[in-house]
Amino acid sequence: MIKISNLTKKFASHVSLDGVNCEFKKNESIALMGANGAGKTTLIRSILGYYHPDSGEVLVDGINPIKQRTKVLKNISFVPQLPPPIKLNIDELMQYVSVSATIDKELIKHYANEMKLDLKSNMNKSFFKLSGGMKQKLLIAISLAKKSDIIIYDEPTANLDPKARDDFYRLLEQNEEEKVLLFVTHRLEEVKDLVNRQIYMDLGKIVSDDKISKESF
Amino acid sequence: MKNLYLIAYLDLRESLRTKWFVVYSLVFGGMIALFFIAGVTESQVMGFSGLSRLLLMYIQITIVILPIFILITTVRSISGDRDNHILEYMLSFPISLKQYYWGKIIGRFVTVYVPVIFAMIIAVVYGAFKGADIPWNIFFLYTGLLFALSSSFLGIAFFISSFVKSSEVALGIAFFIWIFLLAFIDIALISLMMQNRFNEGLIIAISLANPMEIFRVAAISLFDPELTVMGPVAFYILDSVSQGAFVALSIGYPVVLGLLFAFLGYKIFEKKDLV
Repeated sequence: MIKISNLTKKFASHVSLDGVNCEFKKNESIALMGANGAGKTTLIRSILGYYHPDSGEVLVDGINPIKQRTKVLKNISFVPQLPPPIKLNIDELMQYVSVSATIDKELIKHYANEMKLDLKSNMNKSFFKLSGGMKQKLLIAISLAKKSDIIIYDEPTANLDPKARDDFYRLLEQNEEEKVLLFVTHRLEEVKDLVNRQIYMDLGKIVSDDKISKESF
Repeated sequence: MKNLYLIAYLDLRESLRTKWFVVYSLVFGGMIALFFIAGVTESQVMGFSGLSRLLLMYIQITIVILPIFILITTVRSISGDRDNHILEYMLSFPISLKQYYWGKIIGRFVTVYVPVIFAMIIAVVYGAFKGADIPWNIFFLYTGLLFALSSSFLGIAFFISSFVKSSEVALGIAFFIWIFLLAFIDIALISLMMQNRFNEGLIIAISLANPMEIFRVAAISLFDPELTVMGPVAFYILDSVSQGAFVALSIGYPVVLGLLFAFLGYKIFEKKDLV
């Protein structure tokens, strides 16, 4: 599904990705790990087509995410590490995602409800005025409602309390079949029940890439 | 197309809630109210009175504050979204860069243009209610000139926004461009003219390439078709083009300039890393 070939990305003299090669296939749940500055975020942003590589390429289902971004992004759900301070209210944000990505609003409400997020009373509230946990829950609900084949989470549970984390992992387990699930995380123990592959990055390179067996809940 | 309208609509909705929009609308609406309270319509200066006088004053103040308002509020639209990671999330949905960029421009154009025109409409309606003659020719000329001025500075603002890395730098550049076009370029050109280094026609042409300058001259030209208040410079302009052609040029040129800058900004936005 995702093929990364010889990918190098530099920012001025700093090499953020150094000739990275890897492939993510259907039914793989990957924990992408590494110290700060290892290149994890640069790698997922390259998959999303945000960066023009210095050399090499990324192909998602054989398509270049920079040249045909709308085609590629139809199939990707993404939740960033920190929810951005979007000034749209929840109703407008839901309109944005439902029109642009043809997501069913009712499905967003369903997953929000599953995450114990009360959307009804907050519809006219600006997204950035919600609490950190509420924002993260909404972004997770949107990512699940999008029903994408590729789901990318950059530290998705950073703002969630233990109960919300349990809800999140439960929903994810129900939705992970036939998908590529890519977690950027520092805490393997949290996602060890979900992932079947662990990649460790350092200084822009993949230093280890191991298949691991899933532990059941 | 639906995504283009969606971005424009949501940008408009977002802008309408911001504090800068409230201040912006109050400044232009308040200016008109102040003119009426101050009795500008009853005064007579250089033969202009009534609503014509009021509109002339309005346009003279607008030429100074509209560009800086547009630059400051717009220059951070893309760079600000990039700065605080909004772009990273919003562009993770299947929206083309073209739809996102031009949708933002359309939304922002409506936001900056409507209050300025609305203030003028209020002046005309209130003036008519008070029994004043309505100078329709001036009203329509100013509608066109304000459209052109808004277009040019919006294009320049989006161009800056597409390549700067931080909001602070964007604001600095915006302020420099405003003060340069408002005053510095004139001071530089006057000193060149005094030194007789260049042909006067060239200097006047450079001066009129400034969208604020051409706006200023066109605004005067309807009251004073011979441009007598400008002295000998009027000969250079009106010998080259007729008054009608000059007015058309003063509306067409800033619009083209704005579109050109906006297009260059889009090309940079498309070629650069998005976050």
